[in-house]
Amino acid sequence: MSEPANDLGPFRAEVRSWLEANCPSEMREPIRDEAEVCWGGRNYVPHSPAQKAWLDACVAKGYTVPDWPKAYGGAGMSAPQAKIWREELSRINARSPLNSFGIWMLGPALLKFGTEEQKVHYLNEVAQGKIRWCQGYSEPGSGSDLVSLQTFGEDMGDHWQVNGQKIWTSYADKADWIFCLVRTDKASKYQGISFLLFDMASPGVTTKPIKLISGASPFCETFFDNVKVPKNQIVGELNRGWDVAKYLLGHEREMISGAGGTDRSSTIGATLSKNGLDEPVLRAELAKFDVDALAYAAMSEKFMDEVKVGKGHPAKSNMMKYSGTELNKRRLELVMAGGGSEALEWDSIETQGGARPRNWLRTKANSIEGGTSEVMLNVIAKRILDLPGA
Amino acid sequence: MPLYHSEDQAMLADTVTGFMADEGSIPKQLRRWRDAECKDGFGHELWGKFAEMGLTGMLVSEADGGLGMGHVEAGIVLGEIGRNLTPSPFLTTSVMGVTALAGASDDVRGRYLPGVIEGRTVLAIAIDEGAKHRPERIACKAERAGNGFRLSGKKDFVVHGASADMLIVAARTSGADDDDAGVTLFAVPKDAAGISHNSVRLVDSAMASHVTFDNVELDGDAVIGEVDGGRALLNKVLSAGRVGAAAEQCGVASGAFDRTTDYLKTRKQFGKLIGEFQGLQHRAAHLYAELEIAQAAAIKAQQLLDGGSERADLMVSVAKAKAGEVCNLAVREGVQMHGGVGMTDEYDIGLYMKRDRALSEFMGDRFYHTDRVAKLSGY
Repeated sequence: MSEPANDLGPFRAEVRSWLEANCPSEMREPIRDEAEVCWGGRNYVPHSPAQKAWLDACVAKGYTVPDWPKAYGGAGMSAPQAKIWREELSRINARSPLNSFGIWMLGPALLKFGTEEQKVHYLNEVAQGKIRWCQGYSEPGSGSDLVSLQTFGEDMGDHWQVNGQKIWTSYADKADWIFCLVRTDKASKYQGISFLLFDMASPGVTTKPIKLISGASPFCETFFDNVKVPKNQIVGELNRGWDVAKYLLGHEREMISGAGGTDRSSTIGATLSKNGLDEPVLRAELAKFDVDALAYAAMSEKFMDEVKVGKGHPAKSNMMKYSGTELNKRRLELVMAGGGSEALEWDSIETQGGARPRNWLRTKANSIEGGTSEVMLNVIAKRILDLPGA
Repeated sequence: MPLYHSEDQAMLADTVTGFMADEGSIPKQLRRWRDAECKDGFGHELWGKFAEMGLTGMLVSEADGGLGMGHVEAGIVLGEIGRNLTPSPFLTTSVMGVTALAGASDDVRGRYLPGVIEGRTVLAIAIDEGAKHRPERIACKAERAGNGFRLSGKKDFVVHGASADMLIVAARTSGADDDDAGVTLFAVPKDAAGISHNSVRLVDSAMASHVTFDNVELDGDAVIGEVDGGRALLNKVLSAGRVGAAAEQCGVASGAFDRTTDYLKTRKQFGKLIGEFQGLQHRAAHLYAELEIAQAAAIKAQQLLDGGSERADLMVSVAKAKAGEVCNLAVREGVQMHGGVGMTDEYDIGLYMKRDRALSEFMGDRFYHTDRVAKLSGY
């Protein structure tokens, strides 16, 4: 118990003083809207000088991906060191220097399945925020039943020619590259899919944003019309992309679950009751929520601790995704109830352009995207509980 | 500190798991003593074996001859007690009693701790007054008399009360019933004149007393800690009991869940194993997720308590509330998914439901602790 604390005492002090010197005060304020999030990429336009300075400082030290090896743009931190890094960020409410599907989803898949050349090339780009990635998974006819996907890559000798359509592609209209599931063998369902990487600026790629009930359009329809993908842009073996896809889904589910997230400093009841809370039944609901949220935060911490040392069931991210998203939906229901008629305002300045109702509606996708709650429960029943016929 | 067991703790867990599944099993302990209408509700022989295993003194400091372990380790033992529904005075004696005695004089510690460590001595905790846990209000009175005190009043839900060699009693020595100050803890020996037990069997076959103190004369050295300043020590005893009961409930929930999933894999209806039905699969999967979360909350609370964190109080209530909710769900789903046989005494699942009910009330139910989470959070 005291051993790691002694070892990491100086490390924590080092992190703390580095953050003090390098994390601008504006980057310690809560994010108010999507425009303030740093996604990097070819067309990155800094929202503020502070955002740029914070990103640059982290990139220089490998702190955008603290636990990746230094050769791939990381800082080579051990699991306990990375935990201290996260705790210290959280302690000063520091914003994430770089949000990235490259970090959360593609990175872990490349670390496991990529060639050395792919790792050096793509991971460094991701770590430095140079390339913004999107994910080509779902198709109009393949939602929960993802493995039925139809987008086809025809073997043309030195490249594949890809045709088809993806849907719910997050930020496809803003992304530079896509990691995409493409059928390369029509004869086999599971063993006929390959995991391809390609440039969204390739001829034949078009995107069309989808307007959601929240009014925002974070998702797109993405069309491929004779898109040329060179043969060296495959991750893992030909026709074994489903293995990569499943592994990556684990990380996606972890991300959507909010595991390892930082914003848990105050309880929702404490926040909402600042405006007065004279309804005992609502107070009780808030308290019940706070119990569940604090317990889930412990679960989240435990899950991350176990992941870092390879403990715990490999399918556990499905459980995290299920519980985390159901909880988040409940949270926004309470935010709406606590806000009353004021939380109905859709575009007033006072409500930051209707942030509450828009967030509330956005959370309804949490238990659909990346695998529905029902699919998560199926996976738990089959892979963890080993129930028959599941 | 990572939120999983260290190597030493995992070794302890291995040992305790085997010991409890064998010596503490339902047929050997719970059913045996229940069917024999045992007046203690637990076996003294097993308590002696707890001592041989080094469990009885695990929270006693090394200076006092114990192992100086913490609530994480006690939680491992309580988890297995819960899983096997093992009746024992471990929680009241070795967790709560030992926590109280840590604040006692050399003389009082010397009088009781060796017996606890050797598995001879049983301690009981007398805090509750009335049917619900409301320790903010202490009305049982101890008035100064000569060199000591004279204790009068009534305590309820004193688990193992009539079997205990000593009762740890929270009494009011000054102020009004609802005052924070003016509370003192006393070590009251079982043979003190004026104590009477109305010992009753509970739904889970444990014995608990309604204890009446009728002008019980106590020496000054019966005081544990400070006169009038006992609230802080009382809170430590409460936290120890709450986090311990949460760990035991996680074990009860886990045992009930394992029995239920086993049943889903063996029972056939409509020509299928009932575990093939998605209606049941989703409920089982939901319960699994909830159980994992309750266990994480419990170990987090144990670690914070062991580390003396200022957030420990909040997390202890989170753990007791969450474990209470999840254990209740686990036993209700367990009985329902067992169908008709779930209602029979022959199957063990009903025993889990009974133990859950008793543990829920012990040291505050989930409603009490949910309210406490709100209060500690400032609303």
